[in-house]
Amino acid sequence: MYESFISQLRTIWQVLLHSFTKAETVQYPEEQPYLAPRYRGRIVLTRDPDGDERCVACNLCAVACPPDCIALQQGVREDGRWYPEFFRINFSRCIMCGMCEEACPTNAIQLTPDFEMCEYDRQSMVYEKEHLLIDGPGKYHDYNFYRVSGLKIDGKDKGEALNEAEPVDVKSLLP
Amino acid sequence: MPTIYIDGQAHEVSEGDNLLQAALGLGLDLPYFCWHPAMGSIGACRQCAVLQYQDEDDTRGRIVMGCMTPVTEGARFSLAADRAQAFREDIIESLMLNHPHDCPVCAEGGECHLQDMTVMVGHRDREYQGRKNTHRNQHLGPLIHHEMNRCITCYRCTRYYRDYAGGTDLAAMASHDHVYFGRHEEGVLESEFAGNLVEVCPTGVFTDKSLVHDYTRKWDLQSAPSVCTACSVGCNIMPGERYGKLKRIHNRFNHDVNGYFLCDRGRFGGHFVNSEDRIPAVGKRDGDGRFSAVDADSAVSSIAALLRQGKTIGIGSPRSSVEANYLLRELVGAENYCTGMSAQEGALVQHALQQLEQSQALVPSIRAMESADAVLVLGEDVTNTAPRIALALRQSVRNKAYAMAADLRLEAWQDAAIRNLAQDQRSPLSVLSVAATRLDDVASHTAQLCPDDIARVGFAIAAELEGALPAVDLGAELAELAKTIADTLRSADIPLVVSGTGCGHSGILDASAAIARALTGPDRPAQLSFCLAECNSLGAALVADGAGMGLEEVLELAAQDGIDNLLILENDLFRRTSCSKADSLFQAAGNVVLLDTLTTPTCDNADWVLPTSSFAETEGTLISQEGRAQRHFPVFNSVAPIRENWRWLLDIGHCAEVATCKSMVHFDDVTTSCANTIKTLFGICAAAPAASSVPAADKVPRQTHRFSGRTAMRANISVHEPRQPTDEESPLSFTMEGHSAEHNGALLPYVWSPGWNSNQSLHKYQSAVGGALQGGTAGTRLIEPGDIDAAQESSGSTAPALNAGEYRLVPLYRIFGSEEMSVRAPAVAQLCRPAGLEMPASVAAELGVSNGDGVTLTATTGNVDLEVTINDSLAANCVGYSHGVSGTGGLVPGSATKLCRAENWQRAPELIGTDRGATTA
Repeated sequence: MYESFISQLRTIWQVLLHSFTKAETVQYPEEQPYLAPRYRGRIVLTRDPDGDERCVACNLCAVACPPDCIALQQGVREDGRWYPEFFRINFSRCIMCGMCEEACPTNAIQLTPDFEMCEYDRQSMVYEKEHLLIDGPGKYHDYNFYRVSGLKIDGKDKGEALNEAEPVDVKSLLP
Repeated sequence: MPTIYIDGQAHEVSEGDNLLQAALGLGLDLPYFCWHPAMGSIGACRQCAVLQYQDEDDTRGRIVMGCMTPVTEGARFSLAADRAQAFREDIIESLMLNHPHDCPVCAEGGECHLQDMTVMVGHRDREYQGRKNTHRNQHLGPLIHHEMNRCITCYRCTRYYRDYAGGTDLAAMASHDHVYFGRHEEGVLESEFAGNLVEVCPTGVFTDKSLVHDYTRKWDLQSAPSVCTACSVGCNIMPGERYGKLKRIHNRFNHDVNGYFLCDRGRFGGHFVNSEDRIPAVGKRDGDGRFSAVDADSAVSSIAALLRQGKTIGIGSPRSSVEANYLLRELVGAENYCTGMSAQEGALVQHALQQLEQSQALVPSIRAMESADAVLVLGEDVTNTAPRIALALRQSVRNKAYAMAADLRLEAWQDAAIRNLAQDQRSPLSVLSVAATRLDDVASHTAQLCPDDIARVGFAIAAELEGALPAVDLGAELAELAKTIADTLRSADIPLVVSGTGCGHSGILDASAAIARALTGPDRPAQLSFCLAECNSLGAALVADGAGMGLEEVLELAAQDGIDNLLILENDLFRRTSCSKADSLFQAAGNVVLLDTLTTPTCDNADWVLPTSSFAETEGTLISQEGRAQRHFPVFNSVAPIRENWRWLLDIGHCAEVATCKSMVHFDDVTTSCANTIKTLFGICAAAPAASSVPAADKVPRQTHRFSGRTAMRANISVHEPRQPTDEESPLSFTMEGHSAEHNGALLPYVWSPGWNSNQSLHKYQSAVGGALQGGTAGTRLIEPGDIDAAQESSGSTAPALNAGEYRLVPLYRIFGSEEMSVRAPAVAQLCRPAGLEMPASVAAELGVSNGDGVTLTATTGNVDLEVTINDSLAANCVGYSHGVSGTGGLVPGSATKLCRAENWQRAPELIGTDRGATTA
């Protein structure tokens, strides 16, 4: 009986003390919280340092995605590069887990600190490639998959990728 | 059964296996590259290294190659020893030195044996600092993409292409680490079986070109067990679909039929499914001659109303399933059912069927053909009419080598040793044909004769084998040939006679049956096999059940009494008969109702057109030339208003209140009804399990467990995902849920096993490595050896005699071009040439024409202009037309024809296949 009375008093005292602490409430959206650059929010598709689409439509993001909310179709461009003919993310299903970014072998798909994606209409949460593709390289400034990979594209012949020797002359018997 | 010890564990393994086979059979993961269950071992890649110990006390052991080490009683091995593991990792590391870091843009990625093996041995980082060797790729035609940098020099491609498939234009070139696998110069790969390189190559050097340009990873493909419809062999295939498009066709292992390999027509010809020529809607022809789209249900009731009044003739199709043909027969009545074949072809197929049913000889599976130690091919160009059989015959000539190896107690998997031992010694293969064939390079005896002579030599062989038959009067040279061939067949343990309807000559079928009968003895199972024209030729003949009109009879009927309604099932009559005859039929018929998948000339003459699903969107039972009933299942659902052929017919039957249709609702009801009605088709229900045999929750999933994009694929249409489509017609489901293990061999939609993403995971589904599937071999055989093998009279010459200035017209077949549907696949179309007429130089000289000129061919049904190609291998006085190629529909095989030089002949532009679609040059 005595102990519960003390407890009541202590509670009232603590409530009183809180009246003098600084308020935790943030006046969002007027006041924006700080989000780290690697915060996992809205997904974007980036471009390589030369300004071309980084995505090669390898499908690894789609298969890594736990709610299966990424769908795309590969195509081959005239210059030999693989690209996504369409690339669709259903953000109404996306759980912002970042698995797609981890799976991406070309650093094309990246998560950004933007999380403000509310819509009245769920259909508006379906993003196509034109909504996802940004103009810059995102977090990775220098990586260009085609400079590393052995696939020949216009402007980069066989033997011109990273660490590659000139194409072999098969008719030569020299050692 | 020797007992061996692997890492201390005792295992019982099969006698005569090598350690790699044994380990894989035991479920142990031992990485390998160069070994292939169909091609044996050469020990080239050094990847399957294990430690072998001398005895129990040996702790040190020595490294041996698993694939080159026979399992012997008490042998001791270690897969897990550190030294073996380190060795295997070093091997992978060295194989990967030059690998080009392009898995994301490689069409093999996700089903790559190299990826699997690399993960299996644990290699991760390339520590070598030197530069990577690079190679330039070659353009290998419209079917196969080449990316040489990915090569690990396992030599599987050349071993398959040259040693197994008999190709000559792919080889290993250059030396040391510059080794290059390609052609001596860029160009289309010549082999009809080049497509198997896609599956044989353990990495992405050879990939499916149409897949590369419209790529989907293996895990995203929705697949179902299917059967190839490109010829009568009935190879088992696994088509893969994504976003409503057929993406690729892979081999589906069937121990008795296709084994590990398909032909290129089957692998690449199925893409007609995506054709822009697909009929998209139900069409009704208006008064002004144009089609207008109408509602499917009202069309069904209008057509049913038509059927109820007046005489209806149903024209079936040898390229439609047994069920669809059966329903058509029920709709119009058996007396009004036509098999859809020309009278000549229909009679030939019926004749072949009779011979097979009566003959005491075994109708062999493709697998059994490979074990034949003497083969006679009578009048059939198997490479172009039933290509997979040609590949099997090519293996049969190696039986001599295996016999020599057995004498030396060499195991059959010692591939290089056996090839060295045998050199060019082969089992006898005799090919009698109208022109040189692609099997001639391994044949012991060849002759090019006109069809009549082939039949006569055939009968002479039979007479030689069985003295009782009347001797056939031949020239000295042919008599000698007949005697030699008879000798080879007589001394064989398993003789095989392959023939077919290719020449359009029933005497050849009789002669083959007579030879088989002469060869069959109490202790010797002779084999007799007939190649037929289409995937369900035998099925259509069986549905006709001894009756069934030919097209010519329908024509006569139309000319005499007229026909009120003509119901045509998936058949282009302009391929079967001449334009004038087909036109007159359409004029005589009141209403023409056509069910078909692609637009054809017949479409332009129909009053009603109902769009049907392709083989990839419907279920159906097909009867192969072996008499094997096999079921194909839909890979994906067709888009309304396209319906399955059997469903259209069943809907019409319900509407027209046809008695037999009343009790049928599902596909299996149709199959059961068909099996119960037609005695010879009783077995078709056993071709695959019925839908009801599997509880809904245990259905076999068509999608892999990694199937991606389920909540985004359709999100552009609506973000609200619909329920997954249910499949009430088959034991498969259109989802990734279900029960994928332990199912029947006929229900295998894809192969995958943990750690084995490539098609090499197949051994996990086999009862023994390279053996039959655990779930049983798909399909059921309907024809077993008969007992009334009545002696056949020699039919003698059935063809009209040649007058002066006339030539014998013989059909020549093309793997790409002679089959109706596969030529509508874009990649295959690039390899098709326009119809032509081949003739020996002597005939060309008489006519005064040369290569590229035109000749006018005077046929009974009108004149045809064709381009001349000189082919000196053709039999004397024979001219060969490209059978099945557009423009040759009315030509009758075996007929006598007059030729003259065509004036004002314009050569057709030549198509040259390129990397990105076709261009004219």
